Amino acid sequence: MKDTPLLQMKRISKSFPGVQALSEVSFELHEGEVVGLVGENGAGKSTLMKILSGVYAPDRGEILIDGQAVRFSSPKDAERAGVAVIYQELSLVPSVSVMENVLMGREPRTRWKTVDWREMARVSSELLTLLDMPIDVRRPVEEFGVAVQQMIEIAKALSLNARILVMDEPTSSLSEHETKQLFDIVRKLKGKGVGVVYISHKMEEIYEIADRITVLRDGQHVGTATAEELPSEKMIQWMVGRKIDQFFPSRTPEIGEELLKVSGLTLPQPGMSGVNLVNNVSFSVHSGEILGLAGLRGAGNSPLLGAIFGRYGRRPRGDIHIRGEKVEITSPPQAIAHGMAYLTNDRKASGLVLPMSVLHNMTLVSLRDMTRFGWLDPLVEQRSASAYRDSLSIRTPSLRTEVSTLSGGNQQKVILAKWLMSEPSILFLDEPTRGIDVGAKTEIYSLMNRWASEGKAILLITSELPELLAMSDRILVMHRGEITAEFSHEEATQEKVMAAAM
Amino acid sequence: MIGAIFPGMSGENKLGAFFTWDYHRDMLRDYSIHGILACGMTIVILTAGIDLSVGSLLGMTGMFFAHLMINLQLSPAVGIPFSLVAGTAAGLLNGVVITSFRIQPFVATLAMMVSARGLAKFIGGGRKIQAGTQQLPAIFEQISSQVLNNNLAIVTIIFLASMGVFWLILNRTRFGRHLYAIGGNDEAARLSGVRVNLVRTAAYGIAGLMSAVAGVCYAARTYYGDPEAGQGYELTSIAMVVIGGTSLIGGRGGIFLTLLGTLIIGYIEKILSINGVEIAYRFMVEGAIIVAAVIIQQTGRRTRL
Repeated sequence: MKDTPLLQMKRISKSFPGVQALSEVSFELHEGEVVGLVGENGAGKSTLMKILSGVYAPDRGEILIDGQAVRFSSPKDAERAGVAVIYQELSLVPSVSVMENVLMGREPRTRWKTVDWREMARVSSELLTLLDMPIDVRRPVEEFGVAVQQMIEIAKALSLNARILVMDEPTSSLSEHETKQLFDIVRKLKGKGVGVVYISHKMEEIYEIADRITVLRDGQHVGTATAEELPSEKMIQWMVGRKIDQFFPSRTPEIGEELLKVSGLTLPQPGMSGVNLVNNVSFSVHSGEILGLAGLRGAGNSPLLGAIFGRYGRRPRGDIHIRGEKVEITSPPQAIAHGMAYLTNDRKASGLVLPMSVLHNMTLVSLRDMTRFGWLDPLVEQRSASAYRDSLSIRTPSLRTEVSTLSGGNQQKVILAKWLMSEPSILFLDEPTRGIDVGAKTEIYSLMNRWASEGKAILLITSELPELLAMSDRILVMHRGEITAEFSHEEATQEKVMAAAM
Repeated sequence: MIGAIFPGMSGENKLGAFFTWDYHRDMLRDYSIHGILACGMTIVILTAGIDLSVGSLLGMTGMFFAHLMINLQLSPAVGIPFSLVAGTAAGLLNGVVITSFRIQPFVATLAMMVSARGLAKFIGGGRKIQAGTQQLPAIFEQISSQVLNNNLAIVTIIFLASMGVFWLILNRTRFGRHLYAIGGNDEAARLSGVRVNLVRTAAYGIAGLMSAVAGVCYAARTYYGDPEAGQGYELTSIAMVVIGGTSLIGGRGGIFLTLLGTLIIGYIEKILSINGVEIAYRFMVEGAIIVAAVIIQQTGRRTRL
């Protein structure tokens, strides 16, 4: 190792409206080194890497490459300085050939200024052979599996002479064998002096590949240590060791009859045989109970809720019982008829109909109750919507306002109102407080408590551990599609949950 | 808009014609058939779809109607329902192809546009179906007649009644609300229990039905079945919907906007034609006005948001 680190990021700060995403974070990477970057969702890993790759400009702090200060005003600048990022969502064009993807924007030319296809094929096959991936570079990318596509991304990075390679959760869609292959490549790159930043939620991977580990928490640098010096218990402590700073209203649970029972539920990943998003999951939830489903990104807790609700249009393997009766749910209308409600984790993509009014969003699920002689009755609609607007204290200029103009918290409450109007007994809440301000969060906590005390069963997913611990009567932890642990409200701690989730 | 066109009028006494009811009656009569198509087009566009087959379906159902009525001399009580069912069936087929095979509406209805035109020609062996020696059935006269002392065409009444029915569908039924929801965000709609494929298929079925209504009216107005009838009408009706302000992205718009669009296109055409503007110029002016109208309503929306 040389004395001057390949990359130094010094006291980097970055804020977004209402959030301090990073404060004074420092980070170092040497030639031929792999640094594992870990932290909970929202700890600031992605923001830090986006600053490194020129997507965001830091508010304060500096970046040095080979000891030279650099300023990136765009991803292109970072690319030129040798920084390449491989995101979870691959950035390849599926229908275009491998070689064009590898050399996109930098196609070799003949002296007639036309594309030199032969040279292009030569250069790109050379790169891929280097990665032990001797594939036909003239075939379109979409014909290859995710693992190969990942290699194509790496080849693209190499063709840019990248010296700093950032890999963001690269194995989330790879099988075990493919992960091994990827690690071999990473070791090879190390040997060539490339510095790798490896972001992952999977602890065993971090320990297998990383030389040093840097932990971020709430936008702050908690510590950096070599992998040997940082046993996993200590790493988890670093990741979660924060005080609970939010106010959670208390509640005495009154657990009643069993409302929903799931046994042996398995959901295969579409297009990949042998890989299951949800694998043989069994649990039950009772009236008056809030059941927390913990798990890091990709653990399978979100697809689990979707699968029960019939979101994927096919019946998952396994049985679902509601109030002791076996049910078949293959589509959302059936789930709704069985008294289920489902708040998804992406309110803009799958929660709201943005061009419609607050009123029409609220009544969408229960229009049947708003009709008289088959015709919608605007008065009835207005009346029920007003009632829910008041009881959830949704702040909107009027019910006719287009829902897209409301704040995040109020939009979320509109979706909650929509589901409550259908008078469900089982509520699936996937990230109900994502991206909303603290005041609205507290309101939603109180509402959840109220619904539980009314006898509804709530399944809660949230990536904020303190929230999950405070709100849940019972917690199931998922990892790679399977339930790995169950804790009661009393026995659950952040450390225990995190250990089971990784 | 009208003001912008008046200065271009020649010195002949055309201005006077604009202020007589006959002028407006004729305009309404001439554009009612387009307007009927535009009703069906509105609900398809609200779901973020498009239907290019309505012009051909007009031709096909018109031929079918003429064949039943003139060649087979059937009663209108048979001929009209059969024609409407034929149009609806073709529209439903559009919907099934789009939803079951996930084919883009543009492509699926383009295919229907070509096939239906072929079927229209097949019905009459490539020729028009005319009364000739036989008696022209009375229903043709009846549909193309005018009531209230010759002051209102029957086709205009059919057009306005369709507008009313569509207003009710869009504003007072679950189906109508579901159309908006699908166009605005089909995933959110699906998770809210909307049967997206069913509703979408029905929308195309209704567009087919309206094509058949237009087809029957067209055949009656011309007194024959014409295999070439309705060519280019799909584009006119799309223009009417879009000029009104219904968004091609789906989820925003309404039937009154389509009425507005129908009137705008109708008056532009009429004003240009009575002023003797050559067809070549008329097309150019119309194209420019369509773009201008859409720009105006888009800037209006942007400031509102």
